[in-house]
Formats: sequence, structure tokens, C-alpha cells
Amino acid sequence: MDQHGPQHGSPHGRPHGPEVRFERVTKRFAGGDAVAGVDVAIAPGSFVALVGGSGAGKSTLLRMVNRLEVPSEGRVLIDGRDVAEGPAPLLRRSIGYVFQSIGLMPHMSVAENIALVPRIAGDPAPDVAALLEMVDLPAEIGTRAPDALSGGQRQRVGVARALATGATLMLLDEPLGALDPVTRDGIGQRYRDLHQRLGFTSIMVTHDMAEALLLADRIIVMAKGRIVGDATPAEMLAGKAGPEADALVAVPARQAQAIEALRG
Amino acid sequence: MNEVLALAAHHLLLSAAALGLALVIALPLGLVAARRPRLAAASLGVAGVIQTIPGLALLALFYPLLLAIGHGLPALGFLPAWLALALYALLPILRNVVAGLRGLDPAVIQAADGLGMTAWQRLRLVEAPLAAPVVMAGIRTATVWTIGAATLATTVGAASLGNLIFSGLQSEDWTQVLTGCLASALLALAADGLLALVERGLAKRERWSLILGGVGVAIGLLLACAPLLGGTGQRSIVVGAKNFSEQFILARLIGDRLERAGYTVSYRQGLGSLVALHALQQGDIDVYVEYSGTIWADAMHRTQVAPRAETLAGIADYLRPSGAALVGPLGFENAYALAMKRPAAAAHHVADLQGLAAAAPTLNLGADLEYLARPEWRAVRDGYDIRFGSTRNYAPTFMYRALESGQVDVISAFSSDGRIAADDLVVLGDPRHVQPGYDALLLASSAHARDPRFLAALKPLVGAIPVAAMQQANYQVDRDADKASPAAAAQWLAARIGRK
Repeated sequence: MDQHGPQHGSPHGRPHGPEVRFERVTKRFAGGDAVAGVDVAIAPGSFVALVGGSGAGKSTLLRMVNRLEVPSEGRVLIDGRDVAEGPAPLLRRSIGYVFQSIGLMPHMSVAENIALVPRIAGDPAPDVAALLEMVDLPAEIGTRAPDALSGGQRQRVGVARALATGATLMLLDEPLGALDPVTRDGIGQRYRDLHQRLGFTSIMVTHDMAEALLLADRIIVMAKGRIVGDATPAEMLAGKAGPEADALVAVPARQAQAIEALRG
Repeated sequence: MNEVLALAAHHLLLSAAALGLALVIALPLGLVAARRPRLAAASLGVAGVIQTIPGLALLALFYPLLLAIGHGLPALGFLPAWLALALYALLPILRNVVAGLRGLDPAVIQAADGLGMTAWQRLRLVEAPLAAPVVMAGIRTATVWTIGAATLATTVGAASLGNLIFSGLQSEDWTQVLTGCLASALLALAADGLLALVERGLAKRERWSLILGGVGVAIGLLLACAPLLGGTGQRSIVVGAKNFSEQFILARLIGDRLERAGYTVSYRQGLGSLVALHALQQGDIDVYVEYSGTIWADAMHRTQVAPRAETLAGIADYLRPSGAALVGPLGFENAYALAMKRPAAAAHHVADLQGLAAAAPTLNLGADLEYLARPEWRAVRDGYDIRFGSTRNYAPTFMYRALESGQVDVISAFSSDGRIAADDLVVLGDPRHVQPGYDALLLASSAHARDPRFLAALKPLVGAIPVAAMQQANYQVDRDADKASPAAAAQWLAARIGRK
């Protein structure tokens, strides 16, 4: 993996991100199963959105990929290798992780935050300016402290931090949830662009179906710890993914129609 | 001034050492407890209970504790003070370590884990720097408390600025008391100020504050180490003293002679009677003046009074197992004596202890803190069937004032006290001989009991001090007008007895 920042690849992504496979994964808690027997494979280079209401098990499933959660049953494989092998820190350094509360280190500058993973891995420092450019931030922001940034700027730094790892597997846990719609759209589009250019495998958890429809290649709908729908955006809109999916799609679809009507 | 600086250095060293030990315990403990609620509750609870024990009691508790552990551990001096103060400093540090770590933004911890930090990296790069300001605030609190509580270390025989306060209190030298108070307050303020700089530097990430504060603290610690450089050899002697003027004077008298013989002398003052005896037997102090009756009745638990020669022989035998020895009697007696003002004695028809028994129920007794717990009092009380109307405790020096002001009618005076003659007091005789004799004896520890140079320096004092001379020396220190220091009175006494 390239530690100096991803290279510009062809439009259809090279190098490819890995395949991620969930084999009969279950996560049991005292109150019930957060994830119940999920079995699904995510193709290399694909952008998958995990959608569902609160408590559907989406975040739990996602966090099993970088071992922030450990399955009670089943296993998670990345390119055929069980994530449970080897020490967790090593695994996590090779996966990009972006989440809603962002979690920038307040006592470090933006540049230091971005360079964190190469630093803890003992690798050479990344090209921070290039990474900032990839997330549409000016280079001079590198010297600022995180608390001097807006929410949108902070999450862009969060993405840059994930990119600095050189990873091609990206886990995004409601990354845009705390941001305003304009910023959300900007960062969303930007990320989609990076995903395609650099050939990532991206798994994004979101409860916003519109966002999933616009950004992902494939949408997996979860409810009560199980997969209840799995289709491309087009198929979802055509009603081919089951009742839960239809219910979720209905709202943005109706809103889009209403907005179009206003325009006319 | 030299003495104040030396005591300040000792005080600082003791405080710094206690804080160091507290940090060594509280930092790792807090780290583990922050992640385990039950351990946190338990350890904070224990530290909290320790805090409720008054500082003086905590220090005092270590004396019997260390004695019980034995194995040659010194029960007086630096060790008990160090341990007690360290315990006392635990709570503020522990509490702040736990609070600081628990108060971290969970998103930051989640990010640290998600990025692939090991537990150690997380601690070093994230948790420690972010919790540091809160932890530092706890250390600041602990520092101020410790420096304040260290003044009490005097009572367990550790040198501190408290020495000035306690001995100043005993000899009513208010300048000394104030000096001790101000010096320890200044020390606390200075330490707090420097640590505040460090705390600010950590919180605001200001490099200069950190450097300035850190350098200041380092300098302070270096200065505190000055006492360690003094070096202790076999040529250094510790002279012990109890807590009244005669003991302070005699300690100086002994110390001056030893210094002239080439020894380095330090003093441990304010020791209780049996504490001093134990300290001598353990070797924590090397020489002091004890009274034969105290050893006979209190330490040896003998209830029958014996003639002088037999008493002294018995005492020498008693000391032999520890190697300590009786150098010799100084030549005067200092017996417990119940005393009254002359006019009052006449008015109540009290001429001796027998007469006191009849009048006692209408009279108030003022006694020093030790006396009422001692067998001598019980012997007098039961031997003459004396029941006082009421009893009050005083530090020895205040008893005389209480008698003069009429707060009490009878006091447990010391027969060699100069104030007896000066205040025209009547000492009540003991016709039934229920009290043992109280010859002042010079005792030496096993390390020096057979040291020819040591004995040569001190033997001239044996049999050399008549009671009148001792009373006059005592009076110089105890009187209000033209009050002398114990050191000055010791020099006067030396000249007076022809042993300059």
C-alpha cells in the first residue's frame, strides 16, 4: 500500500480495494441480537451503503470489519483473511475509518492529525498538502487547531486522515450525519469522486436513503439485525427490493417529485 | 536564619519525597481505576477515608505501626513522616487522575482506537496529554496540603518548619512561631505558583509557562536535597528532648559539649516520655535526659518505691538488653509535685498531700497532658485518696499561667521549675512516700555508650548540676520579661556549674 498518499489512477480504480465478506455473523447482547446471522459479500472496488433505522445493527456490523466489535458467531474476511488474525492495531492501521463525531485530536494541529497513522506505524510522513487538496481544503489549514475549524472542515480532515493511511478499504459510519445539507452534499460528492479515482472498497452506514441512492453502487437495507433488502439504487427505486426498502425510498422519492412540481 | 533555611530544606525534602511516593502509587492506580468503575470506587473510597483522619493522628499512627513491624525500621523521624504524608496526598491526585481520564471526549478515544493505536500509544499520545491539566490541578492541591501537613512531622521526630512552631509555642517565643508559620506558608505559595505555571502550560499548550514552571520546580527540588549532602557519619549525634524547657536546655548543654568534642549534632525535640525511651533503645536518638522515677514507674512498671542505689541499678539492668546505658545522674531531681499558690494553701489549710485530700473536692487541678495518664498520678490519687472537683489539661508552660489567673487551684508542677520560687508556690510534700525519686539521668544509646570520646565529653556533667542552678536556668527561659532562648540558658548553666 502506498504510504505517501494514494496515486491518481484510472477512472475505474486501480489499485482495487479488497473484498469484504461477512460469514453468518452474529453479535449477541444481553438485550438481544444486534446483528443476527448476516451473510453477505462486498465486491472489491464497490461502494456499498448500509441503510436502516436506529438499532438496525448497521454500525455494529460495520465496526466488526476493523474489530472495534467482535462477532459472537461467524467471521469477517478481508480478501479471504479473517480479521481476527493478528493484533487489532495493525489491522486498523490498514483500514480508513471515518465516523460521525469525527474525533480529531484537539491537542494536535490539523497536519499532525492527518499524519497520525503513518506516525504510529513508524512510516515516513505523508504529503499533507496533497491530502488536504484531495479533500478540497487549503494547504495553510494544516497549521490550525481543530477547534478553529467548522464542522464540515473537520470532517474533511477526518477523510484526509483516513486517506493518509494509504488504505483502500474505507469504513464510513454516518460520516455526514452532523453536517448541514450543503456541506453534506459537497463532501459526499467529493468522496464519491475519490472512491472512483482510487478504486476503494467503501462501506458507508447512513440512515439517509437519498444520500445512499445518490452515492452508492449497492444498497443493503437492515432491520433488527438482519438484511431485509439488497439492490442497486435503480432497482430500489423500481420497487424490486422488498417492503422495507420501499418504505425507505418512498420519502425521498416523494420529496424529489414535490420539489420538481414546485419548479414547474 | 541558618536554622530556618536548614529546616525549610528538610521540610521541602520531606514534602517532595511524600508527593513523589504518592505519585508513584496514585498515577498507575488511577490509570487502571479509570477503566474499572469498581476499582475506582474502592480506591477512591479508601483514599477518602484516609483523608478524614486528622493529619496529626495519621502521623502518630505510624509510630506504633512501624514499631510493630520491627526489623530495625526506624519508628521515628523521616520514615513515619514520609509514609503518613504520602498517604495523605493520595486522594487529590488519585481523584484527579480518574476524573481527568474519564472526562476525555469519547470520540477522541474512539478515533484513537479506530486509527490503530496500541494501548500504550493511546496513553502516551492521547490520554496523558489531554488529562494532564486536570491531573496537574490535583497534584497542586496535594502539594499545598502536604507542605502544610509536614509541619506536624515534628511530632514524630522529623525535622520540619514545625520545629519552630512547636518549640516556639513551648517557650512562648512568638517570633519563632510566626517564623515557622510564615516560612511554611511561603513555601506552599511558591510551590503552588510554580505548579500553576506548569498546569497552565499544559492546559494552554504554552511552552514558556511549562519551561518556567518546570525549571522552578527543578531548582526547588535541588535546594531541598541540600540536607542530604551534609552527610552522616559515626560522628553525628542525635540529641533527644521531651517537650519542656528543662529538656531543651539540657539538650543544648549536651549538644554544645559534643560539638566541641568534634561531633555533628542534630536535635529531636518534643518527644513524649516513653517515645523518647524507645527511641533511645532503638538508636533513633543517641542521648537524652530521663528521670529515674519515670523509668521505674512507667517503663518498668514497678509499684514499690526503692532506695536510690537500688533504683539506679535496676534501671541500668533494664537498659542493658538494648545496649543502651546509664552514663550517670546529673545531680538534681525533677519530681512531679502538686503545687499551690502560697496564700491559697494557707487559706485551705493545705500543707502537704495529706492536707490536700481533705480540701480537694473544692479545688480544681491543672495538669500537663501526660501526667494524668501516668502511674505517679494514680499512686498519689489512690495513696492519699484525692478527688479533685475538676481537672483540666494544659501544655506544661501554660499550667503556671492558669494557676496564676485562678483558672485552677493546684497544678502538677515539676520540682526543678524556676517558676515555683518565682511565683511563690508551695510544693506539697509526700509524707507517705508514694512517689519514687526522680533523679535526672543522662542516658546513651548502644552506638555510643562505650565510645570513649563521647563519654569523655559527657562524663563531666555527671553530678555537676545542683537543683538551684537548674531552676534558675529554667526560669530564664520560662519568665516573661527578658526571656532567654534554651541555647542561651544552656550556656549560662555551663558557666554557672563551672563546665564551660
